[in-house]
Amino acid sequence: MRLEPLPNPSPLRSVGVTLLALGLAFALVGGVFWAYGLGPLEAYRTMLEGTLLDPRGWQEVLRRTIPLLLIGVGLSLAFRTQFYNIGAEGQLLLGAVLAAGVALFLPLPPALSLPAMALAAALGGALWCGLAAWLKNRLSVNEILTTLMLNYVAQSLVIYLINGPWRGKDVRGYIYSDRFAEHQQLPVLLGTNVHWPTLALGVVLALLLQLLLFRSTLGFRLRVVGENPGAARYLGIPQSRAFLVVALITGGTAGLAGFGEIAGIHHRLIEPTQLSSGYGFTAIIVAWLARGHPALVLLTAPLMGLILAGGDVLKVALNMPFRIVDVFSGVMLFALIGSELFLHYRLRLR
Amino acid sequence: MEEVLNALARALSFGTPLLIACLGALLNERAGVVNLGVEGMMALGALAGFAVAYGEGGNGNLWLAVPAAMLAGGLAALLHGFVTITLQANQFVSGLALSMVGLGVAGLLGKRYEGLPLFDHPPEGPFILGAIGLALLLAFLFSATRLGLALRSVGENPAAADLLGLNVLALRYGAVVAGGALAGLAGAYLSLVYRPSWTDGMTAGLGWIAVALVIFVGWNPLRAIFGAVFFGLLYYLQFRLQGQSGIPSEVFASLPYLLVILVLALSGLRGQQGNAPEALGKPYRRGER
Repeated sequence: MRLEPLPNPSPLRSVGVTLLALGLAFALVGGVFWAYGLGPLEAYRTMLEGTLLDPRGWQEVLRRTIPLLLIGVGLSLAFRTQFYNIGAEGQLLLGAVLAAGVALFLPLPPALSLPAMALAAALGGALWCGLAAWLKNRLSVNEILTTLMLNYVAQSLVIYLINGPWRGKDVRGYIYSDRFAEHQQLPVLLGTNVHWPTLALGVVLALLLQLLLFRSTLGFRLRVVGENPGAARYLGIPQSRAFLVVALITGGTAGLAGFGEIAGIHHRLIEPTQLSSGYGFTAIIVAWLARGHPALVLLTAPLMGLILAGGDVLKVALNMPFRIVDVFSGVMLFALIGSELFLHYRLRLR
Repeated sequence: MEEVLNALARALSFGTPLLIACLGALLNERAGVVNLGVEGMMALGALAGFAVAYGEGGNGNLWLAVPAAMLAGGLAALLHGFVTITLQANQFVSGLALSMVGLGVAGLLGKRYEGLPLFDHPPEGPFILGAIGLALLLAFLFSATRLGLALRSVGENPAAADLLGLNVLALRYGAVVAGGALAGLAGAYLSLVYRPSWTDGMTAGLGWIAVALVIFVGWNPLRAIFGAVFFGLLYYLQFRLQGQSGIPSEVFASLPYLLVILVLALSGLRGQQGNAPEALGKPYRRGER
């Protein structure tokens, strides 16, 4: 066997290889279901019946899609520039912290409350990720490790706040902050948990970042830095500035996801594990599937939203640990990066 | 004096899994392959070790538990090797995927062992001494043996090594699988000796700290001993000072992670990255510069 390079692979090949990789991933996860003692077909049927074939299931998928969409569009930009932000989880939490801080302690006219919370959240996420970019640029510290470590720090920060200075007056058992006022809560689609303004914001951001990446000078520079750092140096495009820009954008969108979760669903700052069920990690697959196109996140975010909602169904219906979502994420990521060789090469039997 | 000795003993005890995992990661990084999946491989090793030691209702085999954990870690690393060495995928992302899969699979399959106690468990002394011995062995391997030289050349300049007739792919596969086996062993130390029990998420970021430690110690196995004891001491202080001072416990909980960032920044300040193997993180493809 040998590999034969394909000079001009067709876009159709990319779609085909990706679908094959996803198929392989679902088959492998089926093996994990089997090892757990559950028929793979039964598991997949339960997931589908509880999500797509159920009216309430649809809402769950949509609700899960919102944070994945917001984080995913930022990450697709970051990965394209080869800035590996693995800390969206922590940036989401920081966004939630700052938004909650504004809601709880900043007296504002009601009309300004929500925009101020959103702004604070984006700022919080951006700074948390910007710190990693700064360390990478100044001290060449690997951003994968820093962003990941900052996740743990953000978790401790949230717990400290709701257990200490921000502890709610009516807390028994689970800890949380006081409840936000009515005007500090995002409107939802009638009878659901779908906070539509955040969903709309995600769609707009996906299209905007797509335009930025492919129709602007800044976007061109980011792409050159990501695809050919040597050429970027030759063209005088500073790599460090590109990293900082994408770090602020990707951190900012993750912060906005945190704002959406607390202003749209929980209406208070709550424990980190309840606030985010691993959105920051699942969004990595969302972004990787989109292969560096922010607009494609509009398709890939619902897919992972479906898997998160399906994980919920398995947990409720069959008492299966939510860890199954990590298995899905990891196996899909393996299959995707493993298949990338076949985008540009053809396997020939000699 | 007694207090100091006690602190040192606890630091060694806690530093041991860090040291073992760090040496594993160091081994495959010297051969040019980064594996960020240490956290996941540790979780799998911890579960495999515990499952074999526990058996059906506590009558498992303690002697087989350690090899089982190393096998689990090694097999998981083999997956990373296949994706990054044969399929030439991005090593950082593959390691991340391995962490997710490892934590996920261990969490799923470990559900039935959750909260069960292990009455009969191995002493920690042999593990501590073994870990230090392993560090000395690796130092000797890299500085004084042909195999060590071959591994290092594959990590520094795989094209030249290939030209000299070394089997780059085989050496890298070997290093990656051995590194994974050590990560599995580190996990087994947690579930068999340190805790002795299994809980989902019991690795608590230790695998990531081990990866950072490799950079901190400049890819030097001997310095890894001191790095691991240093972090072990920090964990000891975290438990010791909790509740005694007026400082909130969350500060202590986040201290190891903040410290990782700090030591990485310090390593950057000292230009430590210059010690990294030249071809670290780059897949080797014959006929390409």
